[in-house]
Amino acid sequence: MTAVDVSSVSRRTATTDAPQKLRKQGKRRFGADAAAIIIALIVAFPLFWMVLSALKPKTALDAGDAAPYTLEPSLDSFGRVLGVNNFGQYFLNSVIVALVVVVLSTILAFLAAVALTRYNFKMRTKLLIIILVSQMVPVEALTIPLFFLLRNAGEAIPLVGLNQLGSLVLVHVGFSIPFAIWMLRGFVAAVPLEVEEAARLDGASSFRFVRSILFPLVAPGVVACSVFSFISTWNDFLFAKTFIISAQENQTLPMALLTFFKPDQNDWGAIMAGSVIMTIPVLIFFVSVQRKLVSGLAGAVKG
Amino acid sequence: MTALTPVLPEAPQGGTPAKGPTTAARKSQRFANGKRGLEPWLYLAPAFIVLIALLGYPIFQLINVSLYDYRQAQVSGKAPLNFVGLENYQKLFADPQFWTVLGNTVVFATACVVFTLLVGSSLAVLATRLRPWVRSMLFVVSLGAWATPAVTGSAVWLFLFEPTLGLVNKSLVAIGLTQFEGYSWTYDKWSAFGLVASEVVWCSFPFVLVTVYAGIQAIPTEVIEAARIDGASMPRIARSIMLPMLRPIVIVVTIQSIIWNFKIFSQIYIMTNGGGIAGQNLVLNVYGYQQAFAASLYGLGSALGVIMTALLMVITLVYLRILKRTGEAL
Repeated sequence: MTAVDVSSVSRRTATTDAPQKLRKQGKRRFGADAAAIIIALIVAFPLFWMVLSALKPKTALDAGDAAPYTLEPSLDSFGRVLGVNNFGQYFLNSVIVALVVVVLSTILAFLAAVALTRYNFKMRTKLLIIILVSQMVPVEALTIPLFFLLRNAGEAIPLVGLNQLGSLVLVHVGFSIPFAIWMLRGFVAAVPLEVEEAARLDGASSFRFVRSILFPLVAPGVVACSVFSFISTWNDFLFAKTFIISAQENQTLPMALLTFFKPDQNDWGAIMAGSVIMTIPVLIFFVSVQRKLVSGLAGAVKG
Repeated sequence: MTALTPVLPEAPQGGTPAKGPTTAARKSQRFANGKRGLEPWLYLAPAFIVLIALLGYPIFQLINVSLYDYRQAQVSGKAPLNFVGLENYQKLFADPQFWTVLGNTVVFATACVVFTLLVGSSLAVLATRLRPWVRSMLFVVSLGAWATPAVTGSAVWLFLFEPTLGLVNKSLVAIGLTQFEGYSWTYDKWSAFGLVASEVVWCSFPFVLVTVYAGIQAIPTEVIEAARIDGASMPRIARSIMLPMLRPIVIVVTIQSIIWNFKIFSQIYIMTNGGGIAGQNLVLNVYGYQQAFAASLYGLGSALGVIMTALLMVITLVYLRILKRTGEAL
């Protein structure tokens, strides 16, 4: 129902403040701003509750304390999470895997998107359909074939075998690429042909154009895609659980969190504290991305 | 498209405007380099080598396994592999539970897709008309929801809707709705699906918001200004310039939402504790996983994976066919 409110508000402002936008927007914008603030509060509430519950003492949580504040904040829950053996190691592993996946999948997907949008060749549409279809396979179902594949690969190249971070990197790069290609297409195609022709007239080679002109222009899209790869890798627990069997030192963060999920006696405080710890790196990533998004777009338009 | 209706206030209907450059002209303009032989393949090669090894081959194996009677004994090599052809599929089609699960999946996923697109794109349009600090606030909290891992997001929502300790029930009782005392949101089939769907929309609308917003921002201001100088009204600009330029992004966002929401796994698995009471909240993906890993029927589980892929393909192809009819090339 929020959606309906929003559209009606934006519809009204869209029609009314169109002509002398700059002069009128002060007052007219107020309704949109108010609606946006209310929506933002609703969206933020689960996150607020997560942080608050992480800070509440265990006794208050078990008693079902529903107060939207706490008078005696405690870091006990964080203590229980950080007390898990090797927690720092798990955290570092997650960061390494996510960053390597982001860099690799973004580069590969960007190059593929260039080929699929700025060249016209026979197989183009077929390849696009293949990429689309490859995203539709439920990854949960692929766990079994991938397990056997990595076991065999590990015999040839130990770095990507089972129990190695390399196996997680490989699998996530594979799953991130189709979506990244699919999404970058729109951004790469949006760069006008005239830019490419101008570069060519100035004597730039195809690769030079892609590297020095196209890539900076589509940076916002590239960044948006890298966020997606980062999140899906960061959040994964299924592959970490399946592929990292005996090498505990190569386990990742979500697995450490899962130790607090128990059938009947969930340690809500620790789950919430762990969630806070897991969410912070992604948020940091996002904040830096947002700045890039804006400047990248400004650069693309003005440059 | 429906998702973007907010961009289109009542536009003057007279004098049908040409929809940007005609499709044919646009298509021929899209490519600077007609045929350049090997060049595109050089750009494609790295990504495709990875995809063939890590997706192509496993998918082939998935189809392969779905044609066998593949259970724990076969995995450990204690029993010979038995080729059964389409028997796994026949078993599924004869099972009423399969059809119930299929129906659940379609209804649940469709609701998630519709609400995600509606909320996300409405907010994207709204975001273009906000004061910078309000917009930043909206983005930061949305990104926070997006960044929350499926596992922990599900946990927070479960905690909020917990029968006795949860904030929602406590608040409802406090305002006089005493029937919610100890009310279990996951007991009834559709309230459980509703709860999961809310969590799904909460953590997936930001993708639509950010992408559509980036698309709106990527439209060069010169183009809009030129149109304005030529006397185009704001609705006309939205319809004839912004919407055509946003189209690739809207297509991507819609297809992605379909794919993701039909494949929802973690949220259902965690929030309904593996598929709900007596499997009432099973969707295809979770059902397949349960068959494979809980019941060790890998052949049957793989068959479900194949069916699901086929289902998504059909839906997406129908969507693309509709787009083609309206004149948008892939």
